[in-house]
Amino acid sequence: MSTVLILGAASDMAVAIAKKYAAEGNAIQLAARNIQRLQPLQSDIAIRYNTTCTVHEFDALNFNSHQAFFDQLPVKPDITICVFGYLGENETARASWVESEKIIHTNYTGAVSILNVVSNYYAAQQKGVIAGISSVAGERGRQSNYIYGSAKAGFTAYLSGLRNRMFHEKVHVVSVQPGFVYTRMTENLTLPPLLTANPEAVANTVYKAVAKKKNVVYVKWFWRWIMLIIKSIPEFMFKKLKM
Amino acid sequence: MKKEIANWGNYPVMESDEQQFSFDDQLQQMVKDTHHFIPRGNGRCYGDASLGGQTISTLKYDKILSFDVQNGVFECQSGLVLDKILEVIVPKGWFLPVTPGTKFITVGGAVGSDVHGKNHHVDGSFSNHIVEMDIVLADGRVLTCSPTQYPDLFEATCGGMGLTGMISRVKFRLKKIETSCIKQKQIKADNLEHIIQLFEEYKHYTYSVAWIDCLKKGKGFGRSILILGEHATINDLNDKQRKDPLQLPKKKQITFPFNLPSWVLNTFTVKAFNFLYYGKNFKKEINNVVGYEPFYYPLDAILHWNRGYGKKGFIQYQFVVPMNAKQGLIEILQRISDKGIGSFLAVLKVFGKQESLISFPEEGYTLALDIPVRKGLFEFLDELDQIVLKYGGRLYMSKDARMKPEVLEAGYPRLQEFKDIVKKYNPDGKIRSTQSDRLLLTTN
Ligand SMILES: Cc1cc2nc3c(=O)[nH]c(=O)nc-3n(C[C@H](O)[C@H](O)[C@H](O)COP(=O)(O)OP(=O)(O)OC[C@H]3O[C@@H](n4cnc5c(N)ncnc54)[C@H](O)[C@@H]3O)c2cc1C
Repeated sequence: MSTVLILGAASDMAVAIAKKYAAEGNAIQLAARNIQRLQPLQSDIAIRYNTTCTVHEFDALNFNSHQAFFDQLPVKPDITICVFGYLGENETARASWVESEKIIHTNYTGAVSILNVVSNYYAAQQKGVIAGISSVAGERGRQSNYIYGSAKAGFTAYLSGLRNRMFHEKVHVVSVQPGFVYTRMTENLTLPPLLTANPEAVANTVYKAVAKKKNVVYVKWFWRWIMLIIKSIPEFMFKKLKM
Repeated sequence: MKKEIANWGNYPVMESDEQQFSFDDQLQQMVKDTHHFIPRGNGRCYGDASLGGQTISTLKYDKILSFDVQNGVFECQSGLVLDKILEVIVPKGWFLPVTPGTKFITVGGAVGSDVHGKNHHVDGSFSNHIVEMDIVLADGRVLTCSPTQYPDLFEATCGGMGLTGMISRVKFRLKKIETSCIKQKQIKADNLEHIIQLFEEYKHYTYSVAWIDCLKKGKGFGRSILILGEHATINDLNDKQRKDPLQLPKKKQITFPFNLPSWVLNTFTVKAFNFLYYGKNFKKEINNVVGYEPFYYPLDAILHWNRGYGKKGFIQYQFVVPMNAKQGLIEILQRISDKGIGSFLAVLKVFGKQESLISFPEEGYTLALDIPVRKGLFEFLDELDQIVLKYGGRLYMSKDARMKPEVLEAGYPRLQEFKDIVKKYNPDGKIRSTQSDRLLLTTN
């Protein structure tokens, strides 16, 4: 049995991941800004899966609190999964720095800040697993969501560097690249059903990737190929597309 | 998000703006901000009770809040589906106090319709087992109610088809079981008289229900199979079953892939089905021990069997008539058989005594028939309504998609009281469904 810390535990993806790990007999630590929202999930997981589940207040944007947050965890997690993210609105973000900042800080700065803390601890004890949920949107900037995409690109690069560093510390880092996922974040978008995964599929991918020590995984296999194609379009053509 | 939705009967289909939520604070905000809406569970009512221009779906609001394993008290959010509850409680030796014929309904839906099971004559309906529940009212306020706390709100919510507010949390009592199996007895009845007599004879059984062949004419009119059951004890099990007496059923389900063209379901095919079904039970009586799934939920084994009725959908016609009105039952079955209307499913049950404001059950016989939508059907059902009323009966709102407001009014003597309570907690008729508008429960 391991203890699994889930950062950003109130999202649909996080709920699915928490349930998957609980169903496999692990203890769960749920961390998010609003503890009250987490309480029903806590009782649900504890009762349904007969396991330990605790809740912890965590705000991705409150960087200064991250070290204290981790230090105060009563049990240190064996696996840390960074799920939080904020899609935001590209249109709004273009006009408002507040929105841009929220997108960048939630998806990138906040993630770097907390994972620095966690990875330093894991490095010191020479074990641990970190999984980060990034996005295919980070693989090439597109006019429709390049602010979010660039923050995720930063996160993807961070995870890759972290993996490189932590390999030498016996710590494993997994990058998960979901494509479209049906969640609260995307409920107002019309998504192509064939390309869209449900949160449970993401949870299964994360679980397997961690267990098998994968480096970079895509939730639906064809996203790897779609992104390969998108990345190989020459820039002079790409800039003319409406994507 | 705007989408086309329909409930189990696939009639009517309508465009609706459906919102979802996961958290209490979100729910309260949503209720406050939405112009008008109806709560929606898993859409397993048959008609238009959980349809409207705007719906708030509870399906993502499905967390277990507490489970007292010692005393069998369970508490959850209203969007939790019974199927998921069984997975948690059965291995611990508990069962739902009341369950309808499908396990794919939410707890909110169980209260909104105040559902009954095969054990109504012994255990009453779902609301009899509620300790307390929370309702989010039209203005976003949350009230905790029970038979003694805001009893008017409590009573009008049980069977009130979502009109008093959004049920958010429900705490209810479970039933102790020794094993997950059912000791089943099936008895073949030659005709209607016979089945009624059998119900009488076996009324001490906890669970009972009868499947009727409603196309058979003449001497075999009303031939049926009575299905009786008790929760099996350890002693009833064979050695293999005894190794894991509280085991859950293994998952295997077939999905009905598409809508069948409606001509498939004509009188001939229904006759053939009934012939095979009743022919299969060639023995007068069969006794065996079965898992709880085939006993309670025989139809759930085929997901989306409702598509078998074709694109136009179907109506489930369910009514109850008082004990002394057997003649009403005969008259209606006679009309159906004369009309040659095909119904795979004709289910007969006996209800025990129940005092209720707006819940469907009352002491008597209840019959449920599935009938595909076709020309002339609604006129025919209007005629059946008159027979039901003549015998002092009423229709089940949870299955209804077409009754007239006068029929509701004549069947439910305390209707005005119900309307007044709805008005008190939902003063502007903000919470309303296609059904409540049709039945004049929410139009001002
Ligand atoms: C195969 C089958 C067999 C059935 N057998 C039986 C049976 O034996 N006995 C029986 O009684 N019924 C039976 N039913 C009917 C079914 O149990 C009820 O219609 C039940 O209410 C459906 O619940 P749902 O979660 O699907 O809710 P919906 O169908 O979505 O809603 C039903 C009603 O409850 C209200 N509601 C739902 N959630 C809430 C909430 N959170 N707060 C307030 N109101 C809410 C809705 O507004 C609506 O009026 C059967 C249905 C099927 C498909």
